[in-house]
Amino acid sequence: MSDLTKLTLEAALSGLKAKDFSSVEITKAHIDACMDAADLNAFITTDFTNAMKAAEISDAKLAKGEGGALEGAPLGIKDLFCTEGVKTTAGSKILGDFKPQYECTVTENMKRDGMVMLGKLNMDEFAMGSSNETSAFGPVVNPWRKGEDLVPGGSSGGSASAVAANMCLGATATDTGGSIRQPASFTGTVGIKPTYGRCSRWGIVAFASSLDQAGPITRTVKDSAIMLQSMAGYDAKDSTSINKAMPDLSAACGKSIKGMKIGIPKEYTMDGMPREIEDLWQQGIKWLESCGAEIVHVSLPHTKYALPAYYIVAPAEASSNLARYDGMRYGERVEGDNLYDTYERTRAEGFGKEVRRRIMMGTYVLSAGYYDAYYLQAQKVRTKIADDFKRAWEKCDALLTPTCPSAAFAVGRKLNDPVTMYLNDIFTVTANLAGLPAMSVPAALDNNGLPLGLQIIGRALDEETVFAASSALESCAGFEAKPEKWWV
Amino acid sequence: MFTAKRVADKKDWLSGRDHDWEIIIGLEVHAQVASKSKLFSGAATEYGAEPNTQVSLVDAAMPGMLPVVNEFCIEQAVRTGLGLNAQINLYSRFDRKNYFYPDLPQGYQISQFEFPIVGEGEIEIEPEGGEAVIVGIERLHLEQDAGKSIHDLSPDDTFVDLNRSGVCLMEIVSKPDMRSPEEASAYVEKVRGIVRALGTCDGDMEKGNLRADVNVSVRKPGGDLGTRCEIKNVNSMRFIRQAINYEARRQIDILEAGGEIDQETRLFDNAKGETRTMRSKEDAHDYRYFPDPDLLPINITQEFVDGIKANLPELPDARKARFVVDYGIPEYDARILTADKAKGDFYERLAKGRDAKIAANWMMGDLFGALNKASINLDDSPVNSDALGELLDLIGDKTISGKIAKDVFEKMFAGEGGANEIVEREGLKQVTDTGAIEKMVQDVIDANADQAAKVADNPRLVGFFVGQVMKASGGKANPQAVNEILRKKLGL
Amino acid sequence: MSEKNTGVTAKTVEKIARLSRLHVEPDRLAYLADEMNGLLAWIEQLGEVDVKGVEPMTSAVEMPAPLRKDEITDGGVRDKVLANAPKTESGYFVVPRSVE
Repeated sequence: MSDLTKLTLEAALSGLKAKDFSSVEITKAHIDACMDAADLNAFITTDFTNAMKAAEISDAKLAKGEGGALEGAPLGIKDLFCTEGVKTTAGSKILGDFKPQYECTVTENMKRDGMVMLGKLNMDEFAMGSSNETSAFGPVVNPWRKGEDLVPGGSSGGSASAVAANMCLGATATDTGGSIRQPASFTGTVGIKPTYGRCSRWGIVAFASSLDQAGPITRTVKDSAIMLQSMAGYDAKDSTSINKAMPDLSAACGKSIKGMKIGIPKEYTMDGMPREIEDLWQQGIKWLESCGAEIVHVSLPHTKYALPAYYIVAPAEASSNLARYDGMRYGERVEGDNLYDTYERTRAEGFGKEVRRRIMMGTYVLSAGYYDAYYLQAQKVRTKIADDFKRAWEKCDALLTPTCPSAAFAVGRKLNDPVTMYLNDIFTVTANLAGLPAMSVPAALDNNGLPLGLQIIGRALDEETVFAASSALESCAGFEAKPEKWWV
Repeated sequence: MFTAKRVADKKDWLSGRDHDWEIIIGLEVHAQVASKSKLFSGAATEYGAEPNTQVSLVDAAMPGMLPVVNEFCIEQAVRTGLGLNAQINLYSRFDRKNYFYPDLPQGYQISQFEFPIVGEGEIEIEPEGGEAVIVGIERLHLEQDAGKSIHDLSPDDTFVDLNRSGVCLMEIVSKPDMRSPEEASAYVEKVRGIVRALGTCDGDMEKGNLRADVNVSVRKPGGDLGTRCEIKNVNSMRFIRQAINYEARRQIDILEAGGEIDQETRLFDNAKGETRTMRSKEDAHDYRYFPDPDLLPINITQEFVDGIKANLPELPDARKARFVVDYGIPEYDARILTADKAKGDFYERLAKGRDAKIAANWMMGDLFGALNKASINLDDSPVNSDALGELLDLIGDKTISGKIAKDVFEKMFAGEGGANEIVEREGLKQVTDTGAIEKMVQDVIDANADQAAKVADNPRLVGFFVGQVMKASGGKANPQAVNEILRKKLGL
Repeated sequence: MSEKNTGVTAKTVEKIARLSRLHVEPDRLAYLADEMNGLLAWIEQLGEVDVKGVEPMTSAVEMPAPLRKDEITDGGVRDKVLANAPKTESGYFVVPRSVE
């Protein structure tokens, strides 16, 4: 039955509906795959017992011809999403054995639609990282390997790795600066960060509130459409949730892009970027042209400032968002000599190095005397970046860029050089700052046989165009490569 | 602002070694909005619930929980701003104030720092025994309250109850326009009167629904401003005056000894009547305010503000003016009777269809005196306006005298029954039957024949006879009738 | 941005760590100061951008805050509130003594 894990989500759902196989069967197949792939360290917590129960319930519904849009499909959930009664860690030690007494809106929506949850996926601690090496539960390994272990990207490395290694049909992820798209690019999977406000943030552990967005990582563009359609939706419990209907995303896949104007921003290149990424970008332009799109050249002049602005805004918000992890009401408390000492020890021992680094940076840029020079300046630069996009939309409907400046790199290589690590997000972070939908599509293998992705960025709320263009790209690229199954 | 330059009345100066001192006072009043649910969550705000039973997952700052603004709180802030004659800001925003404390679950308080919902305004206060003073309002902003730390349930630990966590407060910040403890408490009385009249806050200081942070500094009269100290959470008018007196003297003592004042936060110890430092210096705060990214700006329209304005209830100043005109009572009485909504309402019910001046005298004299003595709020008075009205009616129709009425009132206050009931039960009705009075007068004259003989020479002796007759009647004879009959019988 | 200070010292780190409630061993302060200076040197380039007259962007959504009705819809879930607490007693959270 192991071939059930090779199905796309779309195929699996239609197979379930046609009763070609049961949810119990496909769930069992994925549980086996998860157990085989334990070395990838993709899961922090598995919940196979409940998954099997959920599968039985789904089968009962399917037997009656009922069931939702994800009925019976075994999926993985990034461990940043609070799931009722199931340990949620955010990749950190500080939460201890925290078991949320509530279900976040996104997974609530997916459960409503019949998802079978296999467990909670590994991630960089509090989603802070681009390699999944900051997790308190050990690094996730990329199923793509060349002689040495490679990182799957981050922060949604567990999600990307699990999807690439066929451990689940799809997974939820979150993206604050590229945490969906960069791991998707590193693992040959598809990932979309929708428009800010599309997916409710209620119940998702916050990293940087004004940038965080949930989205799916899947094996095809269509699968992302199916998952995102379920995950997204207005939520009155999130003040930044947008009350506008999501277009029919599945219908957008395969829609003609004839006459669509695709912008090529000249600034999306970087010193030392491999030639093959540049070439792939040119190839992408030709593919879209071949589908009838019109290519226009645009300029986003403030692109180079996006990453430094991000590294002020995100740590600033994080320093405040993470203040609640103090060992008083939940989580691991490390008793000290007095209250103050207890705070300091709880947080110093509970948070890992990268999280501490960002909390300190965030505290610094907000502190008296530096606020204007750093935080306020960054917020103004953010306005300039958003304005760049607004001007681009006068000329085009979507943008095509590389997703990342490199392919997956070796575990440990960039860990001690924060700036080099941060540069991974140079092409993805702009969409977070401006709140725009952006998708990474696997497009080719590099000379080392590692996957590379291309990114489509769209107008706010125009996921329809993003899916249409991404789907066209996917067809042209015909990316079929799979990692060799070395981990069994 | 002319008030910023105002120098205190000389009577309010404090004497010093080399020169007199003047106190400069600014106040931050925290008034709990009378909302059913919290500012950012749907948990209840009612006072006195079991610990942590009025706490939502948002109030406990569980991971991923998000705030949503309560529209009622926005409306009450606007109403209060209008009551303070203040600028209403159509754009305002919530910011985070970052600091750690076990009863602050988020690790930050959501407040309004850069763009408060209400800007500058002013109100007039009339301190006891002083001239009216205009006090400037700097701003009013909305913020969430913290939870409660309880230190006396265990010797080693602190217990935390989050029922108050997230309750909506209006922080009303004055300009440093007050110059004496009396002005400060008159200001708080006035603000309290306004919020109670508006119904935006119930103003109950005992429950902590209205409390003040008091900023105090001293200077040479009219000189440069000194360094100020902030005294936190003072929760009664008396404590406000005590705290200011203590703090001003403490600062003067330091300065006269050649020392300097540290700008710091202090705590008022109700029991000792002292202020003491609250935080150690190494624990210096840097609140790192920044716009709360979980919330969006508050945009209200001028129409919304105008709609609220058109439906504002009568405020204490307007009511005071109306009392003077409509009831013909002195301005002093009107001010006291309109100091808060409950007093004004009580008075209006009492004065309706009765002698307004007598009603005012009874409220301000006997009633307030008794309440004060028993430390009871007007709302909880054992004698309500109907009951007191019943008593005033008995005076009005001469059923009892004013003197007897005072005794009856005491009995009413002690819960011994209504006015009619007590008068009936104890046979206190005034004797107006002229025949009966004539008989008593005659008896008294007969019994004091030699005194009666001297009356012609010494008319002041009439008073003696009046007293005797009243005594004989047990105080119930109508004094006017007694007087008339006596004079006739004594041939005066 | 002439007032900008990239000279983060060990003392600055100590202050920032204290504000962040993160214990830092004294022998780590200088290292962390270097690290922060490195990051700040990279961030410094933001100063080149002319932001005269530019409003700061505080949110990616351009709309006013949604408002909710004043209704009691939550609370009464003490068990859930206390479920993950390290220490509780009689319905209270128990924390280290916060006054002497």
